[in-house]
Amino acid sequence: MKKSLSTWILAGLLALASAASLFVGVTDIGIGDLAAGGMQLRIFLLSRIPRLLAILCTGAGMSVAGLIMQQLCMNKFVSPSTGATIQSAQFGILLSLVFIPGVGLWGRVMLAFAAAMLGTWAFVAFIQRIQYKNAALVPLVGIMFGNVLGGITNFIAYQSEVTQQLSSYFVGSFALVIRGNYELVFLAAPLIALAFIYANHFNIVGMGRDFSSNLGVKYGRVLLLGLSVSAAITASVVTVVGQISYIGLIIPNIVAMFRGDRIRGTLCDTALSGALFVLVADMIARTVIRPYELPIELIVGIIGSLLFIGMLFAKLGKPLIRLTRKEGTCHG
Amino acid sequence: MNIAKLTKAYDGKTVVDGVSFDIPRGKVTSLIGPNGAGKSTVMGMISRLIARDAGEIGFEGRDLSAWKSRELAKKLAILTQHNNITMKLTVRELVAFGRFPYSGNRLTAQDNAMIDKAIAYMELGEFEHRFIDELSGGQRQRAYIAMVIAQDTEYVLLDEPTNNLDIYHASNMMRMVRRLCDELGKTVILVLHELNYAAFYSDYICAFKDGRIAKFGTVDEVMTRETLSSLYGVDFEIIRVHERPLSLFY
Repeated sequence: MKKSLSTWILAGLLALASAASLFVGVTDIGIGDLAAGGMQLRIFLLSRIPRLLAILCTGAGMSVAGLIMQQLCMNKFVSPSTGATIQSAQFGILLSLVFIPGVGLWGRVMLAFAAAMLGTWAFVAFIQRIQYKNAALVPLVGIMFGNVLGGITNFIAYQSEVTQQLSSYFVGSFALVIRGNYELVFLAAPLIALAFIYANHFNIVGMGRDFSSNLGVKYGRVLLLGLSVSAAITASVVTVVGQISYIGLIIPNIVAMFRGDRIRGTLCDTALSGALFVLVADMIARTVIRPYELPIELIVGIIGSLLFIGMLFAKLGKPLIRLTRKEGTCHG
Repeated sequence: MNIAKLTKAYDGKTVVDGVSFDIPRGKVTSLIGPNGAGKSTVMGMISRLIARDAGEIGFEGRDLSAWKSRELAKKLAILTQHNNITMKLTVRELVAFGRFPYSGNRLTAQDNAMIDKAIAYMELGEFEHRFIDELSGGQRQRAYIAMVIAQDTEYVLLDEPTNNLDIYHASNMMRMVRRLCDELGKTVILVLHELNYAAFYSDYICAFKDGRIAKFGTVDEVMTRETLSSLYGVDFEIIRVHERPLSLFY
């Protein structure tokens, strides 16, 4: 595959930011300290590097999950946060906390995955049955569905007195990532590779059932595969880090503006941009109220929601104006 | 392609009822008929987009349902009228998808040669790297045909290809259909609403009414005053222009 200039620039920026991120934190660590060994080196290996890797996997994973969902659903506004995937995964985690508290990390992520899959599938089946004229209605339905699920989750959590435990899965944060408890997010790497292998399949399925049949692609099977990949990435991230909103929505859209919609061409850039975005947001979260730290979800949420509103205006602004003009002439 | 006793019902209402006919190889065959006559459903079934309730579709010695999806995609291409793809793909990227049944993810030198040929054939060279959503309706239609050419199938099925095109683009489209058959040796089957396009550009016409075949034959056999009048319930005049029957109705 030909790597374009933008991919190299993004990779370079990401490498620089990664290096910088390793040396940002409560304890001042210099390169000299590492050579000397001792406490600084331990912090570096136990906390800083795991944190960096978790951030990279989360950013890349969530943005690729969003990219796949947008392509498969033929809607630019669908993503793990607007397609009820995150909320479903949280519901799965709740079930594990309430009914099988001793299940461990892997059991928990399996439940989260199963729930994320079911929730996303229900949402996709629903939006496919009802063809919306306005593309913006789809994420609104997804957000409503997600909120209903979130409400149920909160209610059950309150009743079973696991609210405290559950709260860490609602607000994403990398503060608790240390060696030994985060390796699950590495799942994102093979899943992204899988997405790359099936990139053309996802593209073709994104062009509709008839288009897929014509090219001999099994629509239902590929749709299931794609949604499974998205759900698995989301489940692993939510289980380890907690909820990280908007990345899956914003990043693929920004990259597509420059690189188009051919997944083979955009997947690398999308993953790199997602990782870069989360990395920068994390550095902001760690530095604004030093020596304390804000949850990354807060930073990502603020930047992401502003970008999302901007995107809504950019995408829907033109048709809306046209619609009102047409109405005007009708009445006139 | 041999079609025997094809039947399809929706909600207990039979829309295609025991349709049997053979599609002549290397010719252009148009399916015509009033709305709801079942022509698009027949098209859907012979292109495997719609599941049939009963009947057989023999295709190169085997029933269509016995074909592997990917193998069939090298023999038979279908273009439907719902090409409302909103994706930002360049013309070349779209055409390249036509090679998917052959090489999957990795395009070979031969694939690229086919893509080049298809783009040149449809005179899309200057738009090659433009996004399809930036093209005019006629150009976009040509890009889809280029994809079908790259798909390199013997059978090309087009569902109402002239829909939503103005007279200029529609007649260009029909001339293109003729070239697919005459120059590239393809068997083309299309669903058409405009009788005179069917009369002027096809070899055979299959006329449907109420889910059955009202008449199947060469253009001259089908384009008669009696057949058309009973088909549509309107009085027709047939005149001959350039050795071809044309229908007049008002």
